[in-house]
Amino acid sequence: MSAVAIAAQGLTKWFGAGDARTLAVRDVSFEVRLGEMLYIVGPSGSGKTTLLSMVSGILRPNAGTVQVGATDLWALDDDGIADFRLNKIGFVFQDYHLFPRLTTAENVAIPLILRGRPWDDAVGEGMKYLVAVGLEQRAGLPPVKLSGGEQQRVAIARAMVGRPDILILDEPTASLDGDTGRNIVAFIRSELLNEQRAIVIVTHDARIYEFAHRILNMEDGRLKGIIQGQASEQ
Amino acid sequence: MTTPAPFALARSRLAARLPTRGSLVLAYKLLVNDRAKFVALLVGITFAVFLMVQMTSMFAGVLSRASSTVLNIGAKVWVMDPAVNTVANSIGMPDYVLDFARSIDGVRYAVPLYSAGALARLKDGTFQPVSVIGLDDGSLYGRPVLERGRIEDLYAENGFFVVHDAEFAKLGKPDIGTEFELNDHRAVIVGIAGVASSGLFGIPTLYTTYSRAQQYIPSTRFTTAYILIEPKSTADIPHIEREVARLGYRALTREEFIRRISSYYKYQTGLGTNILLMTVISFIVGLSISGQTFYTFIIENLEKFGALKAIGAKGRELVWMILFQATFVSLTGLGLGIGLCTLLIFAAKLRLPGYAAAITATNLLLAFGMVLVIAAISSYIGVRRVLRIEPFDIFRG
Repeated sequence: MSAVAIAAQGLTKWFGAGDARTLAVRDVSFEVRLGEMLYIVGPSGSGKTTLLSMVSGILRPNAGTVQVGATDLWALDDDGIADFRLNKIGFVFQDYHLFPRLTTAENVAIPLILRGRPWDDAVGEGMKYLVAVGLEQRAGLPPVKLSGGEQQRVAIARAMVGRPDILILDEPTASLDGDTGRNIVAFIRSELLNEQRAIVIVTHDARIYEFAHRILNMEDGRLKGIIQGQASEQ
Repeated sequence: MTTPAPFALARSRLAARLPTRGSLVLAYKLLVNDRAKFVALLVGITFAVFLMVQMTSMFAGVLSRASSTVLNIGAKVWVMDPAVNTVANSIGMPDYVLDFARSIDGVRYAVPLYSAGALARLKDGTFQPVSVIGLDDGSLYGRPVLERGRIEDLYAENGFFVVHDAEFAKLGKPDIGTEFELNDHRAVIVGIAGVASSGLFGIPTLYTTYSRAQQYIPSTRFTTAYILIEPKSTADIPHIEREVARLGYRALTREEFIRRISSYYKYQTGLGTNILLMTVISFIVGLSISGQTFYTFIIENLEKFGALKAIGAKGRELVWMILFQATFVSLTGLGLGIGLCTLLIFAAKLRLPGYAAAITATNLLLAFGMVLVIAAISSYIGVRRVLRIEPFDIFRG
């Protein structure tokens, strides 16, 4: 049995106050294990992204805890949480959020630059990850010159360059066609998942369910059930 | 030798608070690679600096020219009527003032100076207003440095030195031996002199002896415009000033006299107010253009700063990046603005030798200070927006 990468306990989050208060996530508990690819699925507004934000150190919960290894994530101060995100987590945002004024290689190097690595050194390291996602020929181009699938791969390379323990992907196939989406997730599953890493994906896309070990189904901010994915049976 | 632990700890804490070189390069690239915004920012600040430096340089040039006689004569202490505000508007003093000045303890010597305007009639029959300085016959104290000719020739019959400044050509580019008339008296150029500063009023300057100036130019009852004093030591100057004041006159050091002239032009002619207004307007224009452009730049990059925050950048790192961007663009604009202004003044002086503009250290410091204020205000607005953005806003798209 693999070690627990993330243990979320009783997570609750609401937005607004008084009559305008909206409960986005209600008392959700779950675990993610190293070597596991976990999906969080559910209809729009079900609280998937909010839940993902709380377990990745982006959004402070109103109640509950997130344990990452030996660290109680939300007991850390702001700097501690920023360091946690920088060193332990790799993010792939839904809109990629690549920097149009930087080259592809420079975009990939950003987490290393934020860690204090010298610029050239960081870009050199970023190149290795561009090779890994098959985009070494595009290293000098700005992201706007790349296709949607290529931009997604750049975002993945950026998330991976810091060798994080946990990879978080928000709707990774939302702007991709079916084949490209499947190929991307297959690549993530085969190349990036290992026994020292957990991957958490928020998605609507049923076409990629086959790659998940487990699928958390959310509805109205609640965890409706955990489905054993096809991948866990392989 | 190892560093004591408390110092090492303090140093590492300080290092953690300072930006990394990589994050500054990132800030630089984000700024410079957005060509349109970067150019707009540079143009705004460059234009503002250009206007500020140009305005203040013109003013500095005017002030410097207004004090040119004081600078060129070089006497340490000047005695004058208390109503005198500028060198050109001197008021004659009776001879006893000179005698009194010579009797004051601490005065090494005191000599009279004649200063007046006159009309010169050139060989071609045209008239040219000139400024005539009459130096003490015995000492020629305050004489200019000669480029050509001999100092003793000033004692020759009808001898005058002409100052080789921007107005020199108005006397028909005279040479040694050139003759002209001054109030129907024959005058001969016996020397060409160089001076540190040209005059303000655009007329040539002639030097002669005190007695010849008196003889050539119709005079009022008292002819001593100023008394120039060489004190025995600097420490004697306050005493000299007090003694002269006791007599009802005013003694000023060279620097005090220059300040008095500057104050007159600044506060009593409207010139200072107008220049100040123009400088403030330039500052506001620069602040508006660059502040607005920088704000737009930050707004357009807000998501990117949010993404950096989500990835793990700390708030203070983003603040450093914005400060660096604002400072970089401001200092580059400062350099370009000063360069442009220098170029324009240089070009203007090639065409108009009498163009009165001077870039001084004070002007540059003023422009630097104003640019820092522009950078601070522009970045403050940006920093507020960036600190307020939550990584969650980026995450949920």
